[in-house]
Amino acid sequence: MTLTLEHFLTVAALLFCLGLVIALSKRNAVGMLMGIELMLNAVNLTLIAFSRFGSGGGAVAGHAFTAFVITVAAAEAAVALALAVSVYRSRQTVEVDQLDLLKL
Amino acid sequence: MRELDVVGPQLAVLLAAGAVLAWDALAPPRRAALPWIALAGLAGAAAWTTAWAVRGDFGEAFEGTFSIDAFSVFFQYVFAGVTAIVVIASIDWVEREGRRQSEYYALVLTAAAGLMFLAGARDLITIFLALELSSIPQYALAGWGKDRRSGEAGVKYLLLGAIASALLLYGMALLYGFSGSTLLTDIAAAVAERGADNRSLLAAASVLLIAGFGFKMAVVPFQMWVPDVYQGAPTPVAAFLSVGSKAAAFAVVMRLFFEGLGEEFLSDDWAMIFAVVAAVSMTLGNVLALVQRDIKRMLGYSSIAQAGNFMIGLAAVAVAGERFVAGASGVLLFVAAYAFTNLGAFIAVIAISRRTGSDEIASYAGLWRRAPLLALALAFCLVSLAGIPPTAGFWAKLYVFNAGVRADLVWLVIVGVLNSVVSAYYYLAVVRRMFLGEAEDERRLPVAPTVALALGVATLGVLVFGIVPMPLVAAAREAAAVFAGG
Repeated sequence: MTLTLEHFLTVAALLFCLGLVIALSKRNAVGMLMGIELMLNAVNLTLIAFSRFGSGGGAVAGHAFTAFVITVAAAEAAVALALAVSVYRSRQTVEVDQLDLLKL
Repeated sequence: MRELDVVGPQLAVLLAAGAVLAWDALAPPRRAALPWIALAGLAGAAAWTTAWAVRGDFGEAFEGTFSIDAFSVFFQYVFAGVTAIVVIASIDWVEREGRRQSEYYALVLTAAAGLMFLAGARDLITIFLALELSSIPQYALAGWGKDRRSGEAGVKYLLLGAIASALLLYGMALLYGFSGSTLLTDIAAAVAERGADNRSLLAAASVLLIAGFGFKMAVVPFQMWVPDVYQGAPTPVAAFLSVGSKAAAFAVVMRLFFEGLGEEFLSDDWAMIFAVVAAVSMTLGNVLALVQRDIKRMLGYSSIAQAGNFMIGLAAVAVAGERFVAGASGVLLFVAAYAFTNLGAFIAVIAISRRTGSDEIASYAGLWRRAPLLALALAFCLVSLAGIPPTAGFWAKLYVFNAGVRADLVWLVIVGVLNSVVSAYYYLAVVRRMFLGEAEDERRLPVAPTVALALGVATLGVLVFGIVPMPLVAAAREAAAVFAGG
């Protein structure tokens, strides 16, 4: 059996859904962040698969896009962890459902 | 070099961000100069944009990934103006907060540069990078305050924003897979050529994109972060978020959907989505705003409802291809009017809550006798948000509703008008309380001169465009014609 575009896309779609479920169901800020990373990596897999199997001269764009997504994800994670640390210092928790000062 | 000339305004803003940081490192005792360096950068950006507007030598740059045209010029003005007003309004707050002042201005300027890049982005990668350049500083800014609620707002904003970015990226990846290119023009060509055979793929991509941008625009069902973040974030930051990122999201949605996915068989699909989202956002936002006791939460819900008003214009454009310009210019007019009005309202709240120490609407009672000019300015902005003449908000609503009627979306306009009535109730309830309520404390409220300046500029904008709307309408029409022509 040879691997085709469909295989890669299916795996990526599953990963993306998995990440989304984790991001939406985890109650811990760091856990949610992990789910988000999974979603972003699923996107990277999709981009690379399209770039490898796609036709035309746009193959490089897929690679470039992936490189940018990885970079931005790192920047986002840095800010997220910094915020998580600052919240932990004042509240001793990063459980999202205990962050409930902002309710009616 | 032409390339550098095209992104000159953005570079000026980024340069100012660097200069702010350098100034703080080199001359720490003269911190008072920081906001004025930031303003100089923004003024430079506006001047450079004006040079482009005067020359009118529009076109593409960076291999077609970035374009300078009447549309991007319009938005660059809006963003430079919004950021300048936010910087002026922040001075008092940042000084009082006292720590890491240069970083605050640097982050605001970086976010502003991201917004300005978004205005001209015509490539998926550029759009994504510009969006993140504007978002990541805003996450940090939302968590800037010393208040514990601020950190909480920052974490919530970041986590939900990151999920939205991931959805958006997946939609972009599907578009790239379909067309083999990240350029909007190539995507448009691919859609025209073989889009009809791949409708389900394109529909999936559109839904993911709308979900991602819906978060930034703060429309239902992606609105749950809005009241929490507006309430928790420092008020100047909340003002920036409520105007800057919302306007940018609408700018990029117009570019992406009308330039990249503008084919008729597609626009029928998403016109329906836009119309339903508009109706639900207006209704839910207004109903929830009615019961709020905290003014920042009220403004948060009202901004969800206002986003619904913007969406009427988008839906109208999607439905009526040839009447393009009416709808698109309505949206642009709304963006500009809303920017001034909402900023004005938020700045008035900054001034008041700084002195009274409360964001409760109840504490606004009798404000008329404690700070007459402040009360008058806030009342004027609220009247504009409600869409009552002679304000900029009135003309914006008129044009958007007019576009809706001409696009045969009469049901949507009726929903919009009914919602305006509901919204007038809670906006005017605040006004009534300020002018007729009894204050517990009759002492005068002093207002910082910088805050008064920012409020004056915003309110003057609302008033001038309310009385002489034609220059703004003409500018919006010219900017919207970019899509109709090509």
